[in-house]
Amino acid sequence: MYTAKDFKSDQEVRWCPGCGDHGIIMAVQKAMAELDYPKESWAIISGIGCSSRFPYYMNAYGFHTIHGRAAAIASGAKNANRKLNILQISGDGDALAIGGNHFIHVIRRNVDMTILLFNNEIYGLTKGQYSPTTKLGTKTKTSPYGTIEHPFNPGELAIGAQSKFFARSIDTNVALTAEVLETAVKHKGTSVVEVLQNCVIFADGAHSAITDKEMKEDRQLILHHGQPMIFGKNKDKGLRLDKTGKLEVVEIGKNGITVDDILVHDAHNPNPFLHWMLVNMKAPEFPVALGVIREVEAHTYDEALDEQIEQVKKISDIHCMDDLLNSGDTWEVD
Amino acid sequence: MSQETEVIEKQDVVIRFSGDSGDGMQLTGQQFSDTAALFGNDVSTFPDYPAEIRAPQGTVGGVSGFQVHIGDEHVTTPGDYADVLVAMNPAALKANLRWVKKAGTIIVDTDAFTDKHLEKAGYAANPLTDHSLEDYNVVAVDITKLTLEALKETGLDQKSMLRCKNMFALGMTYWMFERSVEHSEAFLDMKFAKKPAIAAANKLVLRAGYNYAANVHALAVHFKVAPAAIEKGKYRTITGNKATAWGLLAAAEKAGLPLFCGSYPITPATDILHELALRRDLGAKTYQAEDEIGGICTAIGASYAGNFAVTTTSGPGLALKTEACGLAVMAELPLVIVDVQRGGPSTGLPTKTEQADLMQALYGRNGESPMPVIAASTSGNCFDYAFMAGKIALEHMTPVILLTDGFLANGAQPWLIPSMAKLPEIKLRIAKEGDDYHPYARDPETLARTWALPGTKGLEHRIGGLEKMNITGNISYVPENHQVMTDLRAEKVERIANDIPLQEVYGNPDGGEVLVVGWGGTYGHLYSAVKELRKEGKDVSLTHFNYINPLPRNTKEIFARYKKIIVCELNLGQFASYLRSKCPGFEFLQCNKVAGLPFTVAEVKEKVGQLFN
Repeated sequence: MYTAKDFKSDQEVRWCPGCGDHGIIMAVQKAMAELDYPKESWAIISGIGCSSRFPYYMNAYGFHTIHGRAAAIASGAKNANRKLNILQISGDGDALAIGGNHFIHVIRRNVDMTILLFNNEIYGLTKGQYSPTTKLGTKTKTSPYGTIEHPFNPGELAIGAQSKFFARSIDTNVALTAEVLETAVKHKGTSVVEVLQNCVIFADGAHSAITDKEMKEDRQLILHHGQPMIFGKNKDKGLRLDKTGKLEVVEIGKNGITVDDILVHDAHNPNPFLHWMLVNMKAPEFPVALGVIREVEAHTYDEALDEQIEQVKKISDIHCMDDLLNSGDTWEVD
Repeated sequence: MSQETEVIEKQDVVIRFSGDSGDGMQLTGQQFSDTAALFGNDVSTFPDYPAEIRAPQGTVGGVSGFQVHIGDEHVTTPGDYADVLVAMNPAALKANLRWVKKAGTIIVDTDAFTDKHLEKAGYAANPLTDHSLEDYNVVAVDITKLTLEALKETGLDQKSMLRCKNMFALGMTYWMFERSVEHSEAFLDMKFAKKPAIAAANKLVLRAGYNYAANVHALAVHFKVAPAAIEKGKYRTITGNKATAWGLLAAAEKAGLPLFCGSYPITPATDILHELALRRDLGAKTYQAEDEIGGICTAIGASYAGNFAVTTTSGPGLALKTEACGLAVMAELPLVIVDVQRGGPSTGLPTKTEQADLMQALYGRNGESPMPVIAASTSGNCFDYAFMAGKIALEHMTPVILLTDGFLANGAQPWLIPSMAKLPEIKLRIAKEGDDYHPYARDPETLARTWALPGTKGLEHRIGGLEKMNITGNISYVPENHQVMTDLRAEKVERIANDIPLQEVYGNPDGGEVLVVGWGGTYGHLYSAVKELRKEGKDVSLTHFNYINPLPRNTKEIFARYKKIIVCELNLGQFASYLRSKCPGFEFLQCNKVAGLPFTVAEVKEKVGQLFN
């Protein structure tokens, strides 16, 4: 049995005091202890950015790679050794800007690995430039008059890339992050976990609309498969579909609405329609969806590759290099 | 037509098949080559085709050619100029006439010489009737009509019938060179096993072409090329790309590791990926990535996790992989990067050959980023150097760049089949459970670090692209440590020189007047040129490099023995520049060509011959 401490390395953690990353690493170590997989089976692979320093602080196999490429490197590692548990660490710039191509394609292939996406809506390590998730109009060092481009919503992008697993958590909610991570790691296929993370230096409060103590219970909907989509301080708010097929927030007990009118979360539905609407909910009109939003079983790339190799081995006459070298058209010179 | 057939016995003959890119000229040339090889000739081939899959029909830009050189002794090049040209249309004649020897034979399909096709090819007048070909032996045959005639009973549609006309030309050349049609008949049965009607039609036309040539004595000349005295053993035909793929597979088998190839399609390297993708039966894992960067990065990930990892590309792709190459240097992971060079810069000439990626391979990375570079020099030895690239990568824990080129990649030659038992061992450096493991502790001889594979209990460690503390591998910004690590990485690559063969010289190894220096894919042409010059009494020798970085240990000693040194390469002088920096004190003369084509033996002879004036 492991404890969280078993996964701490001897290296000094150099994230800024108050950085959301501290909470996330606690959650990861907690989840890894809970999962109780052999320590040596974990390979933690990151790109570049503040969050990508993660492997150095973990007592596990780790590879701190280059900007944007961690998804590709992680995919190669998994296909080289399927016994590994691959945790790929990325930020919003790393995964969605420079690494966008690898991000969508690894999801499309459904390689069995977990992508932990730290979304702080800013480039921190380069000291405060806007990222692909920065809200429209935000002033940063490279947008002193406000950004003029529309951000990505990571969940929407993942679902567009045929994601089979998408979850969302918040850095400050260590228990929830650990819980969704456990489910994500157990899931067979590419699982994407977006953690809304706060950069205290360059984008402090980017997620305050949903994290402020006063409002958070009214602005967060923590989803569980099979449970009604109820939220709010008094657990009296819920979601349902209106007559036009759009989501709407309703209050239980008002206008004759009962718990039975509230949508029940079906994370396992292969049809992504409702999941797509859930990932797109924004405060203040809607609560932000957290927890496991989508979790659908599907064949993975790495198992298909293994199976294909076994199938071809069975039917082929070529079992070693000498067979290959001597196959087909050959002739003797005497 | 009533001419008597003249039989010419020759030591070697060059024949070039040319037509529209959809005319099947590559297949026709390959069949001729295979048949000649089976007969016992030595053979070298070179395809020359446009980048467009279906370039505009009938235009010079859309001409596809395939040159075959057969001989009764060792053949090292596809030949400079053709003794026989087969031109299926005016554009093919226009594009290839400059490559035909004076008084050479030209077989044309007269039916294709219509006003429309002549205009498309840019002919103002019909060259078959305007006396412009008087210096050649033109054999004008209604190939299209005769093909349709031969197939009129078959009930095939016109389009399918016309597709057989390349077989008519092939049949004619078989008669002309006294070769049997049997091998090609067997090939057609196999190729069209599921379409017996098409196989039968092609065979019918092949015979028709053969019989036509025999009956009408249309061909004034008839060539005899005796079998070559080549080394005994079992042979097959192999292209450079196939040999590269198989060499990589051989290294994986010898090392006892699964092969992982992360790659992205790019001309002219893609055939390597095709070959490897076929080899699921040998456990090969091919991963067609989303881009070139994904190709190398998946390979790096696979190497990190313990597979023998490779990535295959051409110049533009190598440029994209640059940053990841640096990561492999820094992480000191084994990886083979194959660059099948093509004409550049930028998209350049995708289907043409060049040697202009040498500087990119040696130096094209940020920081001090030393990487071994080796180069194959024949289509067949792409196998040996791909294997060696793997051996060096795995034994020295480093990425290795293997350079081939479009000429080697697509060229084919008869190849003595090697036995796996005779290939050298590959000794892996993998740490085991219980070892006192330090990620950047090194072998005292080679300076190679040890590989600890994720999944091994107790060896958990971290590596990455940031500078690391010597021995421990922890992040370090200590100035003195960066110096130490930079020096170690450079020295590690330098010490590979202890494990590679000494450089050899063809000609006068003891020294003399002129030393021709080459590297990579120009070997055949340089060897032929030097051999011919020596026959003419010139004191000239050749040293041809396969190991570029590091250079063989005796390189300077060899240079010191000659009065003049001339470096011949298909770029503006990249290897010459490199030698000037590595071997100062020598004067390196240059012979360069950047035309998307191999050297011709004649032009090398001329340039080198001038040194004796």
